[in-house]
Amino acid sequence: MKVALRIQRFNPDTDKSPHFEDYTVESELTDRILDAILQVKGLTDGTLTLRKSCAHGVCGSDGMRINGRNALACRELIMNHKQPIVIEPMKGFSIIKDLVVDMEPFFNKYKSVKPYLINDEAAPAKERPQSEKDRMKFEDTTKCILCACCTTSCPTYWADSDFVGPAALVAAHRFIFDSRDRAGEERLDIVGEKEGAWKCRTIFNCTDACPRGIQVTQAIGEIKRKEIFG
Amino acid sequence: MSASTMGSGPNMGSGTDLTPKVHRFEAIVVGGGGAGLYAALALSKEKVQTAVLSKLYPSRSHTGAAQGGIGAALANVEDDNPEWHMYDTVKGSDFLADQDAVELMCNEAVETVYELEHLGLPFNRTADGKIDQRKFGGHTKDHGKGPVKRACFSADRTGHMILQTLYQQCIKNEVDFFDEFHVMDLILKDGVCRGVVAYEINNGSLHIFHAKAVLFATGGSGRMFKITSNAHALTGDGMAVALRRGVPLEDMEFFQFHPTGIYKMGILLSEACRGEGGIIRNGKGERFMERYAPTIKDLAPRDIVSRCIHQEVLEGRGVNGKDYVHLDLTHLGAEVIEKKLPDISDFVRTYMGIDPVKDLIPIQPTAHYAMGGIPANKDSEVVGDENNTVVKGFYAAGECACVSVHGANRLGTNSLVDILVFGRRAGLSMAKYCRSNDFAALPANADEEVKAQIDRLRSNSGEERTLTLRSDLQASMTDNCGVYRTEGTLKKALSDIAVFKSRFSKLHVSDRSQVFNTDLLDAMELCNLIDLARVTVEAALARQESRGAHYREDFQKRDDAKWLKHSLASLSNGKVDLKYKPVVMGKFPLQERKY
Repeated sequence: MKVALRIQRFNPDTDKSPHFEDYTVESELTDRILDAILQVKGLTDGTLTLRKSCAHGVCGSDGMRINGRNALACRELIMNHKQPIVIEPMKGFSIIKDLVVDMEPFFNKYKSVKPYLINDEAAPAKERPQSEKDRMKFEDTTKCILCACCTTSCPTYWADSDFVGPAALVAAHRFIFDSRDRAGEERLDIVGEKEGAWKCRTIFNCTDACPRGIQVTQAIGEIKRKEIFG
Repeated sequence: MSASTMGSGPNMGSGTDLTPKVHRFEAIVVGGGGAGLYAALALSKEKVQTAVLSKLYPSRSHTGAAQGGIGAALANVEDDNPEWHMYDTVKGSDFLADQDAVELMCNEAVETVYELEHLGLPFNRTADGKIDQRKFGGHTKDHGKGPVKRACFSADRTGHMILQTLYQQCIKNEVDFFDEFHVMDLILKDGVCRGVVAYEINNGSLHIFHAKAVLFATGGSGRMFKITSNAHALTGDGMAVALRRGVPLEDMEFFQFHPTGIYKMGILLSEACRGEGGIIRNGKGERFMERYAPTIKDLAPRDIVSRCIHQEVLEGRGVNGKDYVHLDLTHLGAEVIEKKLPDISDFVRTYMGIDPVKDLIPIQPTAHYAMGGIPANKDSEVVGDENNTVVKGFYAAGECACVSVHGANRLGTNSLVDILVFGRRAGLSMAKYCRSNDFAALPANADEEVKAQIDRLRSNSGEERTLTLRSDLQASMTDNCGVYRTEGTLKKALSDIAVFKSRFSKLHVSDRSQVFNTDLLDAMELCNLIDLARVTVEAALARQESRGAHYREDFQKRDDAKWLKHSLASLSNGKVDLKYKPVVMGKFPLQERKY
């Protein structure tokens, strides 16, 4: 059947600012929105540009704004969306071309919270034991795929691009609450700064946007509690 | 020096001058998945100056899509040992795996899993805090006496955790990353590797990376098929580059079809579904695997289960007479499904609108994994001929490589074992090589062929579209070189591929800009798929026997007298040349493969 899409376009060589173009493609209602966009690229206009890879919601390449909400285009089915389906790049990052945004600031913020296990004690011959109960304290935040749907849906981030953003806080949470990590204090100092966890105004856009279902606002709340009560 | 600090901001626009930027690193790792990142981590710990080049951000790599687990005989929940793992791997491979490499892999799997845990990987835990383990297809206790819990897992997102953990540790160890750099050529002269040529996607510029040692860890090529579990990015780039540079590819006729892909979409539903007790039912509701593999039933290896599904469909027992069957998880209960299989439950709900707790899931085999690839030895050095002559300075690991530890059919979990064990070994052996060798001189105009390739693609005036041509290739490969093959279907595939190759020369790349030109990238990837399809089909046509994932209806038996050997396919001047080398046997003698 025919599916109507309205896609924001921007070619840095020729355009001063982005504009919208309308497209109609043949698709099944059960197809992904990514499939419809790739139909446009493949059959109508090869210059349409986006990132994509796994096509089933685990690699985090195709985050974009779909009918006003951030989502992965490969996790959204056409039948669940009002047409024309309006597609825009994620907001808050500079646009490179069409739906591709500059991810470097995002990854730099991620790196700033020391998103890796730090434990310099001699490792045992086998595994470091951890109870299921301890693992469950950070299980939710291990699911992050760094798609940036949360950070680019955060009004605080839109207003202040120095804010470390929800995705970096999720990464910090994942290690602060891991019983095997030894650098919790160091990380709490980093995210305890004014552009860290306290900048979160609990708007919950991040939680709504997360394609992995991570309770982002709750995780940030847990960091704040840890900052105060230890 | 990261990509972002190179002065190549996002808006350089068109008209970038084509003089390549030259970089120098002792070691270059191409590919940011599990194998590449483990190698880079090992190299950085050895203080070797290393850069990782990846056409995606590393965290987008397909390792992250692996679900079920890492096979390692930790014996945390029941009796197990690496020797049983070896037996299962060799038998699973239909005796085509090299037994010395299998032995090494299964032994090192154990320490590798512990090292990953120390690096932070959040494994599921047993009641006493150890790494938890689950059953998986083809993994048995005491040489086939029944299933064993060997797969170390993190819910059904084990690969995601591996990828995250290794990426994080590479950040910690300050590995240099060149993200969204597409490697198009290998600089190889007089049998010595000297670096690579890469295309920076962001601005269309060319880069020469001068190196002492280069590792290809570029992943698989599943996108040559229509129904596949593989990401769009899996177009066999590294294998195709090596092939065009005269390195033969090993055992390309062996491509794994995973039995439980979501119907029509091919999205993977982990073997862990069956490891946790799920069963496959035909249209009559029968648990048909009982008939084909009475001992381990639904946990038979993938090649066997995929063939059985096809057989049921052919005999009219598909669901509603169609070409699919059902995966049944309904008896597992909501708790097991939500806790141990959360991601696949989410896929089923999102893409099929059904509930795995209550509903049967329509499935069909999906193209999943290339057992073949760039021939490599146990130290991940590329071996360029039938005498295993080492190509100095060139390494390969992970799915793009063929060690061979998977032979004719890979066991579930062993891909993760492979990337980890051989990724790390690659890093260590490259470090050793870098310490004792100088940079070999760069040849003049090392980027000449890449420039010519790009110019050709940009200046084509034909009407052919990448999407249409790629779809035709995928359809032909699925129809003619799939779970079942015959001389007739394979010859059909070959004549199709000849047509595709000529259509490719008329390909129209409509995006002419330098900035993030994915239209051009898609075309380059399609070129790689066509070349790889060609050698896959030629090797399959030549092999007149059935072994593992390669099933010839016209030669239904395994023929050890003639075919217990690895194929090596080269491509030059449009012709495929096939040579063979012996399989390394060991303690496990040939036997009929029954489960």
